Amino acid sequence: MNSETSLIKYPRHWRKPPFIKSSKLRWAIIMGALIYLFAAFGSMEIDVERFIKGIPRGKRFFDSFFPPNFADHRGVVWDGILESVWMAIISTVAGIALSVPIGLGAARNLAPLWVYLSCRGVIAGSRTFPEIILAIFAVKLFGFGPFAGFIALSIGTIGFFAKLLAEDIENMNEEQAEAIKATGASWFQWINYAIQPQVMPRMIGLSVYRLDINFRESAVVGIVGGGGIGATLNTAFARYEFDTAAAILVVIIVIVMSLEYVSGYLRKWVQ
Amino acid sequence: MLRLEKLTKQYKTGDQALIDVDLEIPKSQVIALIGPSGAGKSTLIRCINRLVEPTSGKVYLNDLELTSLSSRKLRKNRRRMGMIFQEYALVERLTVMENVLSGRLGYVGFWRSYFRKFPQDDIKEAYRLLDRVGLMDMVDKRADELSGGQRQRVGICRALIQNPDLLLIDEPTASLDPKTSRQIMRLINELCEERELAAIINIHDVQLAQMFSQRVVGLELGSVVYDGPPDGLTPDVLTKIYGEEDWSATIEKVEDDDEEII
Repeated sequence: MNSETSLIKYPRHWRKPPFIKSSKLRWAIIMGALIYLFAAFGSMEIDVERFIKGIPRGKRFFDSFFPPNFADHRGVVWDGILESVWMAIISTVAGIALSVPIGLGAARNLAPLWVYLSCRGVIAGSRTFPEIILAIFAVKLFGFGPFAGFIALSIGTIGFFAKLLAEDIENMNEEQAEAIKATGASWFQWINYAIQPQVMPRMIGLSVYRLDINFRESAVVGIVGGGGIGATLNTAFARYEFDTAAAILVVIIVIVMSLEYVSGYLRKWVQ
Repeated sequence: MLRLEKLTKQYKTGDQALIDVDLEIPKSQVIALIGPSGAGKSTLIRCINRLVEPTSGKVYLNDLELTSLSSRKLRKNRRRMGMIFQEYALVERLTVMENVLSGRLGYVGFWRSYFRKFPQDDIKEAYRLLDRVGLMDMVDKRADELSGGQRQRVGICRALIQNPDLLLIDEPTASLDPKTSRQIMRLINELCEERELAAIINIHDVQLAQMFSQRVVGLELGSVVYDGPPDGLTPDVLTKIYGEEDWSATIEKVEDDDEEII
């Protein structure tokens, strides 16, 4: 040991500085949060009796799902699935096609401020409403059926895809972009050579992921009148055909899981 | 060939990166630009091709004033200035050939470049350059499969296929090992000589600067504090550029242990 430093008395304790410096404020926040939590629990009437009564009813309901009835005498399940699949595909394609220009405009390092703000506005607008609200609007505007569902899912896709595209562009490697710019490339060439290769793999993965989401959402928008498998599911419940409803649920699960598998595989492949 | 007049750059943050820099570079002269980090070396070369817009002052390339050009004319004139980067700045997911051909983007239209249908002369020239730097076997490899030295060679090809009059080179060796650094510097020197190119090379390594340049410019806090021959870098001069330090080992003459470029 160095003789000079051994003479100085160094402290033997060290504590990580707290996140909130003032201890009064820190305790006030903790106590406030605890009091609110207790009050919130108190105001919710937890009725144990009601809960216990619900259990056998739930069991009966669940039992009526089995065995799932795949017979599909009226052909409605098959039709509903086909409708949902094309609804998911075309709304994904249309949504992405619209997302690309909006996403480019919403990247701060590409667009001037006014373009940036308006594109971010569009994205924020479409993200404010979940697909089911968009579907309610679309059904009011365009009437019942898959067209309303298509519109709702396309708008939902813009909010999702354009935002993630813009964020990916903002995180790109600036030097690669600079190098292409320095060759005298035009703006479109610059996008094609410097930006596109950097964001493409992620965008392909996200497209498949969005297709997956749109298929699932097509079941939800159907319930409010947007067509597809959701409408079939809703009808099955309304007619107390729980075994058919169970069959529909199984089919949805299988399709979603296979899409999940395909998207995972694709993402690995494009890296 | 290249003339800077009272070039000044002040960033929005208030940092004064360049202050009234005057510099004139004749045809086919290779100059090394040295100076501590933050002295404004990168800003200086980026102000020449206006990747960074200078605040005031003028840049002339062959008596054409670049600083007042419209963005369309600027793009056309960027073709005459090849740029080489510290981290190579290759587009990593494109092939070596696409990276080299991207140096021709200023000469071809959008759809041609989009479908990768470059003129046959461009493709032939790309092959010739890749052969010249010893990367003939790597043409279809993706740029991120290459080693550092190989990537920098692709970067050099991309700059040269522009058919430039001037090379702007930003820390070409900072990410390379000492041996590869020397090979790359020698390659740049040879190519500049073959094509009678002028070059500005930003470089940290004082020894490399002395070995591979005809003229050294020292930049400190945005001003030129030295402009002279490589062997004029005495301890006094280095102290003026970088600050107080023991410089005796740095300026010892090192023998250039010659190796063929692999």
